[in-house]
Amino acid sequence: MTRESLRFAAKLPVIGAFSQIFALFRKDLLLEIRQQYTFYGVLLYVASTIFVLYLSMGEPEGPVWKGLFWMIQLFVCVNAVAKSFLQEGRGRLLYFFSITSPGNFIVAKLLFNAGLMLLMSLVSLGLFVLMLGNPMPNPVVFIFISCLGGMSLSLVFTFLAAIAARAQQSAALMAILGFPLVIPQLLLLSKISNIAFAEVIQGGLAGMIGVLAGLDVMLVALSLILFPFLWKD
Amino acid sequence: MLRQYWWKIICVAALVYTCIEGFLGSVPALPIINETIRNLYFHVAMWFGMMILFIVSVVYSIKYLRTNNHVFDIYALEYAKGGIVFGCLGVLTGSIWARFTWGAFWSNDPKQLGATIALLIYFAYLVLRNSMTDMDKRARIGAVYNIFAFAMLFPTIWIIPRMVESLHPGGMGNPALDTDDIDKRMRIVFWPGAVPGWTLLGVWITTLRIRLQLLAEKKQTSESSKKNFSHV
Repeated sequence: MTRESLRFAAKLPVIGAFSQIFALFRKDLLLEIRQQYTFYGVLLYVASTIFVLYLSMGEPEGPVWKGLFWMIQLFVCVNAVAKSFLQEGRGRLLYFFSITSPGNFIVAKLLFNAGLMLLMSLVSLGLFVLMLGNPMPNPVVFIFISCLGGMSLSLVFTFLAAIAARAQQSAALMAILGFPLVIPQLLLLSKISNIAFAEVIQGGLAGMIGVLAGLDVMLVALSLILFPFLWKD
Repeated sequence: MLRQYWWKIICVAALVYTCIEGFLGSVPALPIINETIRNLYFHVAMWFGMMILFIVSVVYSIKYLRTNNHVFDIYALEYAKGGIVFGCLGVLTGSIWARFTWGAFWSNDPKQLGATIALLIYFAYLVLRNSMTDMDKRARIGAVYNIFAFAMLFPTIWIIPRMVESLHPGGMGNPALDTDDIDKRMRIVFWPGAVPGWTLLGVWITTLRIRLQLLAEKKQTSESSKKNFSHV
């Protein structure tokens, strides 16, 4: 079904790009729905990690809670996104190479992983509040911050998953490359989270959200520019 | 151009001038910093050197992706390595300076953390390259990561450390580029002496390493072609 819609899309140059992206996105979604591996796998991972945290820490204070949350998000992101390129075998990548452009392919992957991380962020936030308690005075704001953070992390790791897959390495290489690269984002997110944790709104945090958004735009642009060079063999 | 020697003379002259003026010249007497102010010629110049070497490295990575010329990949790798050495020296000189002004070698200051993260990002570049055995693939993926890493360097060392409280000077803009901030006696050593001197030294070391790599490669190819020939 996806193959037909992709062929159909190739005939329309203007709408082609959008429908190709949509078809590739739908392909990932259908695979996920049929296989039901990533979502439930990561869900189990999140749940058991948070349960271990609950057993060892009980209900921690605000700063500890915040630090734990972003660290768990980091590991969730590595696990959720790693599969996106590693699942595509050599033959399947060649097939995509013949039917679509690298730009469309990476945009579809970025969208799918951002959506997946959005969902995972909400799930892990729910589990955190359920098990580790809620130390935040403004939990509603934190929902938005965790969604933004989850998506930002997914952008970095999607591109790194592409690099790791091309280097024919396991997810371990992705973690090695990714951890230094995401520290600036994690620092920013941790600072921004103070909005939800402090009773008084601190100045300068709006600027940080701006920097994070700018960083995300830069990541998408870099992925679009650099992915074609990774793609060809 | 690289085998010419005039710029090497400039490099040595600038470094001799920096060291003599740096250790013996007159500096403003300020509280807390006291004589450690002379570290400006070494510590700050290291970051200039590092940044310039990283910029050259990323330019060669872009050139490699455009032309697929293997020589550019060697250039990019060696300039990145040179930048890493300067970065390590920058952190080292900075932490010595911090010991005598802030009271500890390491105080988790945002600037110190940013510099460390930048170095980790570039160490990951070296690890990534070593993870592949195919030469073309290593060069191409390395170039892609190098450009990506360079772009991530900007928020890490230029933007985020400026947005949080820090003991380090230069919260509002760059202290070294703001010429009113440096005493006139120091400016004439820092700009004509320290910055070009250390940067040229970095370029010199890097070009030597590049020539070594190119020679090693030449030897390897000539040996392997000889071997192939004897089989025939």
